[in-house]
This record gives sequence, C-alpha cells and structure tokens, in this order.
Amino acid sequence: MTELARPELVCPAGTPAALKSAVDAGADCVYVGFRDETNARNFPGLNFSRKELGEGVAYAHAHGAKVLAAINTFPRAGQPQLWHRAVDDAAKAKVDAVILADIGLIEYAARTHPELRLHLSVQAAASNPDAIRFYAERFGIKRVVLPRVLTVSEIAAINPRIAPVETEVFVFGGLCVMAEGRCALSSYATGQSPNMNGVCSPAGEVRYTETPEGITSELGGFTINKFAHNEPAGYPTLCKGRFIANDKASYLFEEPTSLNTLAILPDLIRAGVTAFKIEGRQRGRAYVAAVVQAFRQGIDAVLAGRPLPDIDLDRITEGGKQTTGAYEKAWR
Amino acid sequence: MTSTSKLTLGPVLFNWKPETLRDFYFRMADEADLDTVHVGEVVCSKRTPFFEPFIPEIVERLTAAGKDVVLSSLALIMNDRESNAARDLAAAGMLVEANDISVAALMAGKPFVAGPLLNVYNEGTLASLEAMGATRVCLPAELSAEAVASLAASAKAEIEVQAFGRLPLAISARCYAARARNLTKDGCQYVCADDPDGMAVETLDEVPFLAVNGTQTMSYHHMDLLGDLADLAARGIRRFRLWPQTFDMVGVTGLFRAVLDRTMAVAEAEDALARLCPGAEFANGYIHGRPGHLFIETDE
Repeated sequence: MTELARPELVCPAGTPAALKSAVDAGADCVYVGFRDETNARNFPGLNFSRKELGEGVAYAHAHGAKVLAAINTFPRAGQPQLWHRAVDDAAKAKVDAVILADIGLIEYAARTHPELRLHLSVQAAASNPDAIRFYAERFGIKRVVLPRVLTVSEIAAINPRIAPVETEVFVFGGLCVMAEGRCALSSYATGQSPNMNGVCSPAGEVRYTETPEGITSELGGFTINKFAHNEPAGYPTLCKGRFIANDKASYLFEEPTSLNTLAILPDLIRAGVTAFKIEGRQRGRAYVAAVVQAFRQGIDAVLAGRPLPDIDLDRITEGGKQTTGAYEKAWR
Repeated sequence: MTSTSKLTLGPVLFNWKPETLRDFYFRMADEADLDTVHVGEVVCSKRTPFFEPFIPEIVERLTAAGKDVVLSSLALIMNDRESNAARDLAAAGMLVEANDISVAALMAGKPFVAGPLLNVYNEGTLASLEAMGATRVCLPAELSAEAVASLAASAKAEIEVQAFGRLPLAISARCYAARARNLTKDGCQYVCADDPDGMAVETLDEVPFLAVNGTQTMSYHHMDLLGDLADLAARGIRRFRLWPQTFDMVGVTGLFRAVLDRTMAVAEAEDALARLCPGAEFANGYIHGRPGHLFIETDE
C-alpha cells in the first residue's frame, strides 16, 4: 500500500488574533476575508482590513503557514469593482491563494494575476469531475473545495479523475444542508443571501419574542423555532428550524447540529483529499484553537498508524449535536 | 400591436406520472401560446427512467405545433450515472439547458441555454458563458429589476426572467419529501409524487413559507410578475419563463401573453390569475429588490 499523503489543515480566522491562534495551534493554512460583502462571512466586527491582511500573511509565512483569501460571493451586476479590487489587494498582500466562486471573477483573476493561485470555493458547488475539470482547464484552478453533498466514496471516486487538481473538504463546523451557493432561502425570507451579500439568516432580521410558553425565534418575520423556558434558544438559521410539513412539526431540513468528521478521518485521508477545512470564521479564538488541536492530533495519529484520539468537541458544537452529514449516504 | 416578447415554459420540476406529463405537454403543444417549451428531469435522477420513454413523442408533438423544444439537464450532478446522462444529453443534437455547470462545459462550442440554477449574477459571468456558447440565459430568481436590466444591457445572449410559478430556491443531496415521511432518499418510495405542486412547508404558527419538491426547496408563494412585465420590457427583457404547476397553464400562459401584448389590463389579468390558481398566494419581492416572499403592488 502506498503511503498516505499528509492532508493540510485549513483553518478559519475572522480576526488577526484568530489567525495567530490558528497558526500557533498548528494550522497549515488559514483562510480569511476582507471586511465587506466580497466574502461569505460578511458579519459585523469580523474580517480583515488591507493592512491586517498584510500583517497576517507576514505572521503566517514567518511561521511556515499559508494564508488564503476568500472572495467568494457573486459580484453585483454593473458593480464588479469591489470584487476586482479585493482580488488585486489579495494578490498584492502576497496571499498563497484566493478562494473564488463566481466564473466572471475567476476569469478576471486568471487574466489579471496569472501568477495568483486559484482555489474554487465551495460556493461554486462543483460536485463532479466534468465541472471541476472545466474550472481547471479554462481558468487554471488548482484546488476545489467540494460541496457538502458528496459521500466519502463519491469523493474517493472523483480524486483520481481530476488530478492534479486538489480537493479540500469540510471536516468540522457549521453545516449547509443545501448545495452551497445554490440556496436562496435566506433572501426569500430576508432579502439578503450568501451569494449576493455574504450572509445567511442575517442577525439584523432575527427577533426573539417571549411568550407564555417560552421563546419564539423569528427570521424576517417567519417563526423559525420555539423553545420552552428551560431550553436554550438557538440562533434561527433558516434550514435548522422547525417547520410543519405533512401534518407534522419537525426539523424538516436539518437539526441544529455541527459537522464533525473526527471519527471518519481515516476514510477521508484514504479518499485522497489534499486539505481539510474547518468552518467558522465567525467563531472565537478558543474555538479555533480547540478544533485545530483536535484535528492536528487526529491527522497525526492516522498517519502514524495509531488509533484515533478520543477528543470531545461537544462543548463547541451547535446545540451540542454532531453529524457526519452527507459524507455518509444514509444522511440523504 | 403585438409584443415582441417571448414566453418559455420551464421544465416540469415535479414528479408527475409519465402519462400525466405526456398529456400536459400535448395540451401545451396544441393549445398554449408559447414560443419555447423545456422538457427533462431537473431535480432527481431517480425519476428519470419513468419519464424518459415519453420524451421523443412529447418533443415531436411540441415541434409539430411550432414550439422550440429545449432539453433541460439535472441541477446537481453527483455520480457517474448522472454525468453519463449529461454526456448523452449534450450529444443528443438538440438545444440543451444547462442547470449544472458541467453540462455547460460539455456543450462548449455548441449553442446552449444557461438555466436559472446556474449562478449568473453579473456581466463577467454572463460574458464567460456567452463565450462558451450560451445563446439564452435564464437569470437566478433573487436578482432585482436593476440587476436584470444591467445584465440585459450588456448581453449578447437573450435574457430571460422567471415570471410565474413556485420558484426553485435550493437544491440538496438530501430528500426532504422522504425525510418528512421518515424515509431516506435511497428508500424514498417516490413519495414526492404525492405532492404534484410541492409539499407545503409552514412555520410552527402555521404560516405558509416554503414548498418541498424532493431534494429541491421552493417558494410557497407563486411568482407573479404580471404587474412588472411592462417595466421589465422597458428595461430590455424580451423573454419570460412560466413554471408549470397543476393549474390551467394554458390559461396562465394566455394571461401573460395578453398583458405583454397589452390586450388586457394588469388588474384584470391579476383577477383572472387568482381565479385560475385557487388558494395560491403570489409574490414578486425579488424583482423589487425585497425579500422574495413579498408581493409589491405596482401602479399602472
């Protein structure tokens, strides 16, 4: 059997402090965004100025880590300048790659910065070899972040057929249940969407109402969930709400849960994945450090042929619940 | 004076019985004032084998009736079986609508239609797809009239806007029709067929919100751009898409045609549409740059 390749650990950083924490905790790569709607975590108080990005890149490079800039929303019709400038400034800051979703923006980056390494964002939802080869052959995409719709065996089947294009998969954190970049549920309720605004279920549209029975959470005026007084009221992410369908109230799309693949790490490594990505640029330094350390230990154990360490990440998962999501077929 | 605007009937997104589909398309061929009709399974490849044998006679009947026929592709291609089907589609020698970027790539060099489930949000992407051969682009649902107009102004391809029916909002690997019945996709028993217009999804306060069509999530409200057609036409949009529902689609088509041709006032057409779609709630928020579920009154 051939030796298993060592996957890169790609970690989120919503702030310069989180970037340092991730690098110090053993991240091979850190991904960041600018402080505007050019990235899919356009949240208040988050993300990097141009100056902070330059400093972050210097810190990461000095410690042997890479920095990737996510510019992964879809430029507004007639106003691509903000997105073009983000690509230009990321290149100027000497990031190791940009993570892009929009075909027009990828074309701009490939034409304007031929030396800049391009990764395809999960928001492009390239879910098959033909789609991935298209981005590679036409624009020189070097790595694709796979949408969270594929099983481990489907990923294993894709990898040899797109070589030398690398794949990156999500291993931990928030979980889209729809194909990423192909979901307009948030804008249907609120007018703001991941594709156009870099936000899903935006905080400005959230309301919690006290009722005699407990707390009702709303998004854009639609009730997303109801909680008894003794239950913690979770954030009303649209697809993690309770709805009535077929005469039954249930978590129709998905429960409030987090992706955690620690238990299936050996399978993902054997599937030939190049990089493991942790979701959560909106999360704090403690989260980043804890998850990075857990997955660093997990990867190192698998490669050394040791059993997986038993690491409890319950306290940092959504609602304390975990899933391996679409990686296992029964999820569908 | 008749308008120069064209009407497209989108592919049936729901799991209708093959015979029902055939009869629906035959009636649309014979009676509906449509320029173009799309045929093909977009949502779930498990449904394809049942419908596929009927496609040739449907295409023939539509073509004989003077309609342009387009074969629509799957929206989410995840395995070899689905990729191979996409290859066959691209090689079928007919005009194809790409709803997954891989299909556009397979069509490269040949003319194709870029479907509304591709992400065409701006002029750069529009130009890239045009360079690949896109001759018509149906835009994503969430774009405003300003965005649509901006794209139309630079387009070489024909620009199409979704104007009627439940809007396709999301696609997933997971089947929510099955999940609502405690089944999984593999053992789904084709329960999506129980909801020929989609399964209504309400909030816990019983407010209608969304609709589920297997792995696809749609709007509960039906898009209705009757009141926006004149404005969009003035902004350079010359083609509109109607999504098939179980309502009288010949009648619905006639109303859109009449408003485009200015032979019927919008208010009269809205009343008639409400009568043709009993129980339906309507929305046009997206085109006004607002949340998609809203209905914004237009003055005319």
